[in-house]
Amino acid sequence: MITYESVTKIFGSGRNAVTALDNLNLTIPKGEIVVLLGPSGCGKTTTLRLTNRLEAITRGNIYIDNQNIMDVNPVQLRQRLGYVIQAIGLFPNKTIADNISIVPRLMGWEKNEIEKRVDEMLQLVNLDPGIYRNRYPAELSGGQQQRIGVARGLAADPDILLMDEPFGAIDPINREQIQNEFLRLQAKLKKTIAFVSHDIHEAIKVGDRIALFDKGKLVQYDIPEIILTQPKNKFVADFVGADRALKVLGLMRVSDVMNRHPENILRADERTENALHFLKEKGFRYGIVIDGTMPAGYVTQATLSYEKGIVAGLAEKYPLFLKERTSLRDVLSFMLMYDLPLFCVLDDNENFTGTVTYKDIQQAVKESYAD
Amino acid sequence: MISGVFHFISENFSQALYLSWEHMWIVGVALLISAAAGIPLGLYVAGHEEIASPIINGANIIMTIPSIALFGIMLPLLSPINLGLGKIPAIIALILYSQLPIIRNTFTAIKNLPPDLVDAADGMGMTRWQRLKEVEMPLAAPVIIAGLRTAAVMNIGIAAIAVYIGSGGLGVYIQQGIDRFYPEMILSGALLVSVLALIVDGIMAWLERAATPEGIKIQRKLMQ
Repeated sequence: MITYESVTKIFGSGRNAVTALDNLNLTIPKGEIVVLLGPSGCGKTTTLRLTNRLEAITRGNIYIDNQNIMDVNPVQLRQRLGYVIQAIGLFPNKTIADNISIVPRLMGWEKNEIEKRVDEMLQLVNLDPGIYRNRYPAELSGGQQQRIGVARGLAADPDILLMDEPFGAIDPINREQIQNEFLRLQAKLKKTIAFVSHDIHEAIKVGDRIALFDKGKLVQYDIPEIILTQPKNKFVADFVGADRALKVLGLMRVSDVMNRHPENILRADERTENALHFLKEKGFRYGIVIDGTMPAGYVTQATLSYEKGIVAGLAEKYPLFLKERTSLRDVLSFMLMYDLPLFCVLDDNENFTGTVTYKDIQQAVKESYAD
Repeated sequence: MISGVFHFISENFSQALYLSWEHMWIVGVALLISAAAGIPLGLYVAGHEEIASPIINGANIIMTIPSIALFGIMLPLLSPINLGLGKIPAIIALILYSQLPIIRNTFTAIKNLPPDLVDAADGMGMTRWQRLKEVEMPLAAPVIIAGLRTAAVMNIGIAAIAVYIGSGGLGVYIQQGIDRFYPEMILSGALLVSVLALIVDGIMAWLERAATPEGIKIQRKLMQ
């Protein structure tokens, strides 16, 4: 846990004084990722650098697990806090193994313990130790370098990680992937993480909470859903963007809104006139045709009224099926792409488990704005 | 004329060898002392930029003093302690001349390191000394050695003039050759000084390469 208590940082003095951080009160709870977000010069990086005493606090206190950081020797404090910055922070004169093992070496670990740890960390970030251990940073791609950066920050197994735009230097496609890996890692490791970013997408994706800064002040500190749906003022609303309803959808999964017991279900061997009668009676415009445990497709009342036979032959196939973990943002995009108001959800064994309709999504967005 | 020079050198081979050795000894001792003084000074200046320009300008001014004049100034200054003539004042002069390339290169090498690396080193909890030893020195070493190389080659030339204050070395051939109107002797001295300079330059160039960290060599190769 990191606690900021009325922390102020002023650079320079007299007429040239600049207040980089103004009376910050914030608590980063144990085991959570808090994204410090904002435009450049808003104080987010300063907050991070005050935490490991790379900058000196002008006023106020910072506590790490209830211990005032001013009571700890800065060198020891920094060894205790994992530090990850953009890829360029790898030392080009050191091998990957030597880069990863820096903090354990500074802390005086045994040699064989360090070697073991290096291999463990490389495996953790999905790089083969046999291949990468003895390479130099220049021989790695940007994404690989950044993974090493993360591995280096975690090497001494710190409880707390300070990350300064760690994925900022990576191209968007690789960034997405490395963010996913990072989240998988965090689900396992449960570190307390202060994560500086200027990218709202990244913040929504990785943050358990978001602390939004502007001109040295903390403007809003909330979970991403609240930041998106209840921006405190115009600055927050502008920063999260006009498409924040879509961003909310990015946070929600199919499992949050799906209808697990849809009623407009037709058996594949049902005769068309019975099916039509069923749909008319219940007031459905179309039915989902289920063949065994798999959806075979859908039929509309119009199709049924012109054709004879069993419904299986008339079913229009679905272009794709959803999983429960698919994000609603993707679902909406499919609906627009294929001009379909409904998609079926399958579990990992390809069994039909329910449906998502455009109305379900609309309802979910409406509800998230209502609270 | 040329054959005369070779004839002269082969006639006086052992003396030529001795004078070359004496020459190198003066330059070598001066280089070791000036490295021991200049590199730490350069490192200190890199950490205290407010004193950088006075120190570097000071070293620059020393460079502009003609060597003959510097020897002339040191004569009355060092005479009271009986060191006005001989190898000691020569070495002192060479040390003074070496300071500019050594301090300047050390300062520039450290200052030009990417600030992110320094930040990473500090942020991970390295002490100043560890940062210097593990990050700054390995990366700055080639540039610092380039400064030593400049100083060494320059000093081989200046040391030839130090013969006028009795330092010995290959300047002896040049001085005596002038006094005796003996062109072959003058040229022999000059030739040997040049050969020494080329050899030392080659050795220092090799050292510069050897001091470049493997990771940096790979980086350069991949960037081409």
